[in-house]
This record gives sequence, structure tokens and C-alpha cells, in this order.
Amino acid sequence: MSAHEERAANQGSGPDPGRASWARDLAMGLRFAVGGGREGWIRTALTAVGVGLGVVLLLGAASIPHILESRQARGDARVAVNGDRPVKRSSATLRYADAGTSFHGDPVRGALLRPDGPDAPAPPGVHELPHHGEMVVSPALKELLASPEGTLLRERLRFKAVGTIAEPGLAGPGELAYYAVSDRLAGEDGSFRIAGFGSRIPPRELPPTLLVLIIVACVVLLMPVALFIATAVRFGGERRDRRLAALRLIGADRRTVRRTAAGEALFGAVCGLLLGTVLFLAVRQGIGSVTVWDVNAFPGDVTPSPALAALVAVAVPLCAVGVTLVALRGVVIEPLGVVRSGAGRRRRVWWRLPLPVAGIALLLANGQVGTGGGTVDPYLIAGGAVLVLLGAVTLLPWAVEAVVGRFRGGPVPWQLATRRLQLSSGPAARAVSGITVAVAGAIALQLFFSAIQGDFMKVTGQDPHRAQQDVTLPSHDVATIREMVARFRTTKGVRGVIATIESTASRPGPVRRGEDFPPSTQVTVGDCASLGELAHTGPCKDGDVFVVKDSTGMVDTGYLFKTARPGARVLLNQDIRTGKPDGAPRTWTVPRTARVVGSRKDPSGQTAFGIFATPGALDTAALADPRARAMVRTDPAVADAAEYVRNTAARIDPLMDVRTLQNLERDKQFGSVRTGLLVASTATLALIAAGMLVTTLEQLRERRRLLSVLVAFGTRRATLGWSVLWQTAVPVALGLALALAAGAGLGLALLRTAGKDIFDWSVIWPMVGGGAGLVAVVTLLSLPPLWRLMRPDGLRTE
Amino acid sequence: MSIGHTLLGLLESGPRHGYDLKRAFDEHFGHDRPLHYGQVYSTMSRLLKNGLVEVDAVEAGAGPERKRYAITDAGVTDVAQWLARAEKPEPYLQSTLYTKVVLALMTRRDAAELLDTQRTEHLRLMRGLTERKRTGDLADQLICDHALFHLEADLRWLELTAARLDKLAEAVRA
Amino acid sequence: MIPAGSLLHAVALHKAYGRTPALDGADFSLHPGEVVAVMGPSGSGKSTLLHCLAGIIAPDSGTVRYGDRELTAMSDAERSALRRADFGFVFQFGQLVPELTALENVALPLRLNGTRRRDAERQAREWLERLEVDTVADRRPGEVSGGQGQRVAVARALAGRPRVVFADEPTGALDSLNGERVMSLLTDAARDTRAAVVLVTHEARVAAYSDREVVVRDGIAREGVAAV
Repeated sequence: MSAHEERAANQGSGPDPGRASWARDLAMGLRFAVGGGREGWIRTALTAVGVGLGVVLLLGAASIPHILESRQARGDARVAVNGDRPVKRSSATLRYADAGTSFHGDPVRGALLRPDGPDAPAPPGVHELPHHGEMVVSPALKELLASPEGTLLRERLRFKAVGTIAEPGLAGPGELAYYAVSDRLAGEDGSFRIAGFGSRIPPRELPPTLLVLIIVACVVLLMPVALFIATAVRFGGERRDRRLAALRLIGADRRTVRRTAAGEALFGAVCGLLLGTVLFLAVRQGIGSVTVWDVNAFPGDVTPSPALAALVAVAVPLCAVGVTLVALRGVVIEPLGVVRSGAGRRRRVWWRLPLPVAGIALLLANGQVGTGGGTVDPYLIAGGAVLVLLGAVTLLPWAVEAVVGRFRGGPVPWQLATRRLQLSSGPAARAVSGITVAVAGAIALQLFFSAIQGDFMKVTGQDPHRAQQDVTLPSHDVATIREMVARFRTTKGVRGVIATIESTASRPGPVRRGEDFPPSTQVTVGDCASLGELAHTGPCKDGDVFVVKDSTGMVDTGYLFKTARPGARVLLNQDIRTGKPDGAPRTWTVPRTARVVGSRKDPSGQTAFGIFATPGALDTAALADPRARAMVRTDPAVADAAEYVRNTAARIDPLMDVRTLQNLERDKQFGSVRTGLLVASTATLALIAAGMLVTTLEQLRERRRLLSVLVAFGTRRATLGWSVLWQTAVPVALGLALALAAGAGLGLALLRTAGKDIFDWSVIWPMVGGGAGLVAVVTLLSLPPLWRLMRPDGLRTE
Repeated sequence: MSIGHTLLGLLESGPRHGYDLKRAFDEHFGHDRPLHYGQVYSTMSRLLKNGLVEVDAVEAGAGPERKRYAITDAGVTDVAQWLARAEKPEPYLQSTLYTKVVLALMTRRDAAELLDTQRTEHLRLMRGLTERKRTGDLADQLICDHALFHLEADLRWLELTAARLDKLAEAVRA
Repeated sequence: MIPAGSLLHAVALHKAYGRTPALDGADFSLHPGEVVAVMGPSGSGKSTLLHCLAGIIAPDSGTVRYGDRELTAMSDAERSALRRADFGFVFQFGQLVPELTALENVALPLRLNGTRRRDAERQAREWLERLEVDTVADRRPGEVSGGQGQRVAVARALAGRPRVVFADEPTGALDSLNGERVMSLLTDAARDTRAAVVLVTHEARVAAYSDREVVVRDGIAREGVAAV
């Protein structure tokens, strides 16, 4: 460096004196950063750590495309496609059946395989197919099965684990997955034959509203990081200015001093960049053990896209230099000290206000898009959001100054705090600006969320209060069905089973004029309790029969009465294809005593109608092709009731489908976007808190002597503590108010873009609360150092 | 202090009688030691002889004759030259205090105590001067300050000496 | 043991910072209304003595009595309360709260003591007048000269009508003319209000404003020999 510096100095009179002096001054700044003694090091270290943390987040964000791509790629590679054309059996094919389950709320991906020959393909990540009764499992599942928590799951997956699924076969390191081999797979059980794994499903294009959401989320999350980096570059700025003043004393001119400062900032930023890269690589190694809302990734997945990484590497140092030069604009460094010219000048509002206005205009210029269509111009949306948020950031110092300038009097701590803010509100406003952006953005997103989530949340109509699990029984044999129901009834934690056997009944005789096929209706057989869940039966005893009218309006009662009518004779074994009885006709007469009642939505949200009979009135053995359903009501006091039910199901048949009933179903893509937002905003807020803490501590350290003097006076700790609190809280309150306005504005503009006009204002309060909590945390954390600084040591001059 | 030059300077603002000259001198410069009339008379005779003043008028009255003196051009030049000439700084090379300190050390008496006693004495004088300064006019203040600064200089020397007594003891006993 | 009528009395104070002793058995006593100069070379422990006397720091051993109370046995909160109520302070520099106006700075100790803002500021204005700096009442410390700032500090030290004013090199950062002015205003006002003054200084001309001097050397305080 010194050789370089000498060369630069020698070139001073050369052909390009401008560049040479730049190089010389930058090098001088570097030397200050390195050799500035303990203070210089602390400052450089603070900047480096701050920038480094920011860089970790930026690199993380730059890795998101690769994380998603590689997850998607591995996901595609293991898909088993049930094609339109059946695959011919050969030695290189296998039968495949989906056997996924869920355990304690976590999905377990699983499949049963049956190789047709020795050359049958193995799924990705599986070296060799296991034998009958064996399975290969993902490392996470292996660990779970080996742990005490996995006992119930071990009972369900009664295969011998003989190997593990390697990385290429897993979406993420935390995924629970298994492939088991079973010789019992056959044609009628939902399995199908494949010749290989993998498919090229064209990626689903994101709906425009979701795209808007993602763009704005990126803007909202990355802007505070950028602001934080800008703040980090200014750490220790006042001391730096004093050092630069000493430089002026020995003859440096103003321009030299600025360049020196730029060099110092550059060094800090480059250190930060390196530190951030190292930290990023370290975090990446440990990323596999972190699962955030179902998403986790292999270290190899977390690879920044080269273009974005390059952008980070170039933009961070450039920003550092830019921020330093801008910060020095309002500061005149004279040989005998530092004059802050900005203090005397009042901040103007006229150039700040157009920013958010222009932003809103850009957003509205995009026009409306709906869930179904419309085009999103990412640049318009992102630009608009950036302008609105930047507007909030630039308005903040003005707002703080304007509001704080009006404060008069008040108790001592309040007076100390407000007077300080009046004298210089810049640092406070800067510290808060990150929160303002984060909260404004979060409010906008939440508003947008609450309005569009209707598009992504389906009300299922299921009623999880009446039953919790819905099981489709894979048998058509009435005796087996009865036995299965009995097994569910005796399962631990089960309070009741709504079990029905369903079939079809049609009017006997030939097709009449005007009919395409003989009218038919559904026959449902179940005990009184079960039927009561499906229809408003009223009093019921075994032997009763009901004719249930459709209350949804889909089926005309007149049509229904053609078959389901008290006293009508119906055919129970009609072949749908021919319309004739399948074998000897089995007929049954609906008793004249059958009552006509209305239908009732069952716990799974479905509505049945037709002929409802108790076993005493209609022998199920007479039914053709009966299908059975069971809805299980579990005991909320038995924590693992759902797992016991699934175990029972698996014991009956590994392929049996057990669904948990829930009244809302969230769109998966939407859910993951929301999840990502939560993760990232948590990280961002933590980062901002760290920055605020450093700024506050720095302020306190600068005032060490004054604090000691105040202690000498007998000032109470509480007085100073409160003044620190007010000093933080006032700007934050203003920042939050501004964030509310900007967030609401941005949110409403986005909603207009999405063609929505309902907003849920209640989403605002958690954001405000979060911001306020942050202040509380920062204040609390800065109290112990404050107490320490309040010792009389600061008075010692000897 | 040159009384001749001082009286000449006082005459420059206008002719005065001998008694007026004494009064003016006392008022401005004679706080501690008022001028004797005889001193004025002898000084004026010398100045007359040198042609620096002249007798402007003689008033005959009931008492002794009263001469009114006026400054001559030569006198004005003389005053100007005197004012322009730098005073020779006092070298302060003869110090009783230093002698006492060295002797105390040589005879192995307590030199530090000697210095402490001296400090107390200096401070006592300084307190008196400070008090006079507080109650007096500007002239008092300036004159007292002059003295105070000199006394302070002595005290500074005292502190310095006290801090170096050990080394000094080694030097004188060697 | 305690001299009759003594207001503040310290016996055998020891205090060390790390392994460096600052006070090594210092004694001190102060009578109501008297001005005592604490002199000594730099590093001799003058300021440490003042801090111990004022109850800002606790000595490692020894006792400090104020009236009939023992400072060295009081809790930190009690000593703070005592300092608020009975003591005033002037330091060399950097003691005014930079964001408060001169008036507010002077009113601060009164307000810390519970005086209402209006009353505190009225009294503060009187003190500023008395110290001839009422013209800068509405200016901040950064906007006044060193001498004015120090007078504001003196006004602040006296505004609470303390019984003892502790002044640590109060003129250290001033030229001699301003220093003299500050000293005469401080001692005049202290005498008028019958406040005692402990004046730490290394300047003899400043010490000359005192009634007597105490010399601290090597952590030991000595009364001036043959004091008047």
C-alpha cells in the first residue's frame, strides 16, 4: 500500500493529477482506518460488522432464486407421472403409489414401490431399491424414527429402514420422506406403473397479485438493509471528523479531507464485505439445521446468483463512499474543529413531498390487475414502492425537526430529550428511518395481504368441531367395512365415528320418454347417530328410513321423488353402463312410513340427499358396489389422537387416505410468500435494532463527561434513563406515525392495483406494536451501559 | 521609575504648578509612596537646567512664590524617546530564597518546610492584594495585578523547586 | 475529634485507582462559609479529594462527615439526594448541558430538586443577572464565550442555595482576566449566601481568593503552615 501511495504521490505533477491525488487521499484514508489507533480500529470494526451483517442478508436475498430453482429441480426430478397412456410392464418398470402421511402437523412424503423386474428405476437419491418390507428414509425421518417422539410414526411405517435418501432426492435437509417396497401393490389400489422418475412440468406462472406482493416485499425488506449499511458507514463519524480536522491543521485542503474520509469508509466497507462473505459462508454451512415454516435448504442451494453477488460487491463499497461524501456535505471541517453547517439551516419540505406522491402515481399508473389476469410491470410497481418508502425516509428528518421544534417545557427528562432533539435531530431520524421503512412496508404488505388473502384462502366448508379426520375406506366389502369401522371406534382417543355405506338406487323398468337414462339417487346406510350428522332426521331409531331433500338447490325435489319417495320401489343393482340390472334384479321398497326431511352439511362440508336408511331397514349386503366413508371424532384431551387414527388406518391399509378436516385451506404458494416475509422482516428488524443500539451507545459515550457532571449534581439515574427513553421514543413515535401514513398510502395504492377496496385496518396494530417493542428493547439494552457511564470516572482529568 | 520623565509626561497635557504636579503624580502612581514636595522641586530645577521645561508664569501671592511650569519642545521629544525605549527586564538572578533553600539542604535542615512557610507567606500577601483589588478602582487593580503576577511567579518557582528538592539536595551535597 | 463548628470533616482518606494511590491518608475540614483552596501539583490527588468530600466517589477507607451525617456510610441514592440538596458544583469545562439554554442549565439543579419550572427559571434569571450574564440567558452553551459559560456554571452551582460549593479548577480554561472575574463573582456570591467553597486549583492567584489553603502532595493534605 505504501509503495502504491508513493507512486501516487509522485504522480502528483504527472499527466493526471486528479486521479493521482484521489488515489493518494484514498490511500491516506485507508491508513487512517488501519492505523488510527484503538479508536480507528473500533470505528473500522463497527462499520465492518454492520456492513457485514447487511451483506449477509443481501447475499441471502441474492441466493433466493437459486434456492427456489434447486428445490424446484429436485422436486421435478422425483415426480412419478401417472400418464394418460398406461406404461407397459417390463423388467425396467415399477408400480408406484403415493403413501404420504403427516405426523404432528409435519408432512411426511412417502411412496410404496413394487419393482416389476431387476432393472426397475430407483428414485433420485436412492442408490438401490430395497427389498419387500424395507424402506429407505430421509436423514431427518431416520432421526425422527430413532427418537422417542417418533414412536407413533414407527408404529405406522412398519418397514425396516435399510438406507437413506441422499441429497438429490430431497427438497431440503429437514424433509421427512421414505420410499418403501411392497409386493402387495396391485392394480386396483390407486397405484400405477412408471418407467422412470422425473417430469418437466412447466413452472406455474405466478399470479400477478402475488408477483406484486413479491416485488414489494423485496423492496420493503432490502431497503432497511441498505439504510442499515448506510448507518453503519457513519458509525463513529464525529470522532472521524475530529481526526480529519487534525489533518487540515497540517495543511490538507477540504477536498483532500473528503477523499481521505471516503478512503476510510471504503476500507470499512470492503472489510465488511469480506466479513459478510465469510459470515455468509459460515451461516450457509449451518443452514440445513434451520427450518423455518417448512422451508429449509441444503448449503449448496444457498448460492447467490453471480450477477446479484457482483452487484452487492460493487454497490456496497460505492454506497459507503457515496454516503460518506453526502454526510460530509453539511459538515465543514476546519483546522481547528468541525462546524456542522446543517444545524443552522432548517430542513425544507418542498423537495421531499414529491417523492411519495410520485411513487403513488407510478403505482396507480400500472392499472388494475386481478387474480386472473392483467399485467404487472415490475419496474412500475417496484419503482413506485421504492419512491413511497424513500419519501417516508426523506420526510422523516423534516417531520422530526418540525414537530420537535414545537416542544416547550415539560419535566426534566422530557426537556433534556426534546432539547437534544431540537439541537440535532439528524442522527435520531437516521436511526429511526430503518424502522419507518420496515413498518411502512410491512403495513402496506399486511393491508394488501388481508385484502387478497381471500383469493388464496379457500373456505372449505368443513366443520372441524363435529369431526376431525375424514377417512375413505378402500374396501367395497360390507363385512370388511364394518370391521374397519369397529377398529376405528376402538382406537385410542376416538370418541365417535360417523360411518356410512353408500350406494346407488334407481327406478326399475325401462327408460321412459324424455329420459336419457333411468332416474337414480344415492342410498346411504348408517346408524341413527351417523345419519343425524348428514340430515335433519329428528327422532330416529333403528329400522327408520328417511327421504332427504337436497337443501343446496342443486337437485330438484321432483326429480328426487322419482326414485326416493315413500312407498317407491327401487332397483339396487343397476349397471350404470347398460341401465339394466347387473345380474338378477335386487329391488327394495321404501317404506310408506319414511319421513321426508332436509339434508345437512356433513363435517367434511359435503351434502348428501336421497334415501337414508338405518341398517335395520335395509340390509347393506343387498347394495351393489358399496363405498364406505368414516369421519372420526377425536378427544381433544388425547394429544396424539390424530396420530392413533392414522396408525389404525395404516394398519388396515398403508394406502388409506386420512384427511384432517379444517375450515380454511391456504394456497401453498401464497403461504410460502407470507412465510418468507415473516422470516425476512424478523431478520431485518433485528438488524435495525442492532444499528440503533450502536448509535445510542455511541451518543452516550460521546457524552460521558457530561453524564458524570450530571451525576455529580445528584441527578437520579431514573431521570437520565427516562431522558434516553424519550430521546428514542419521540423520533420512533414520529417515525411510526409517518410509517402508518406511508404504509397505508402504499397499501391502498397496491390494493387499487389489485382491484380491491376492502382493508382490514386491524393489521396495522401489530406492526406499530412491533416497532414500539423494538424501541423498548433498544432502550433497555442501552440502560446498563448508561449506568456504567454515569460513574464519576468521566470527571477525572488528572 | 524615572520621576523626571513621569513629571515631564504629566506636564505635556498643559502647564501646572509644582503642587498640582505632586497631586497628579500621587493620584496616578503614588499609591504606596506619595512624592515629597522637595523631590518635585529638585527634579523641576534639574529639568529647567536641561531646558526640558520652562517657567510659564510666576504667581506672587500671600504664601511662597508659585511657579507654573510648561514643557518645552525638547521636553516633549525627551518624553517620546523615554516612552519608546524598552525597559530593561529585571534579571532576578539574586534570590534570597534560593540561597536559603541551598543552605537548608547543605545543613540538612527541612527545605520543604521552608518552602511551605514561604508559600503561606506569599499567599497571605496575595490575599491582601486580592482583597485590595476587589475593593479598589482600575488603577488599584492593575497595580495589584502587577504585584500578584510577580508573586505568582515566585510561587511557581517554589513549586518547581519543591518538586526537585531531592535532585537539588544531591547536587549541593555532592 | 471533630473540630467544633466544622461543616465538612474528612479523616484519613485513602483512595487508589488500580495500583496508583490518589489519596494516602488525607485529612480535611471545612467551616461554614469559608473558602478553602486545595492546592498542589497535578496528579497530587486534589480532584480525588474533592470527589470524596462531595460524596461523588466513595473512598477506599477513611470517613467523611457532613454536619452530623457520615457520607461514607450513606447509600449512593442518599448521597445523590444530599448533593442535589446541599452541594453545588463548578468544573473546569464541559459541564453545561449543550442542548439547554443558559437559563435552563441554571434552572436544572432547582428542577432536579423538585422546584416547579416557572419558579426555577425565575430564580435562575436572578442568578444570571447577579453573575452579569443575563444577556445570554436564551443562548446555548455553544453560543457563549468561555467566560460567560463559566459564569453560567457558577450561577448554576449557586442557584440551589447550597451550603458547600465544590469548584474543581473553575478558571482552568479561562484567560486570567475572565478567570479573575469568575473567581470574584463566585467568592462574593458564596460569601453573600454563606456558602462554603472548596476550591481546587493549582494557580496561586486563584487560591488568593480563598480564606486559607490546604496543600495536597503525594495524596496527603496539609494545612498551610502558620495560617492566619
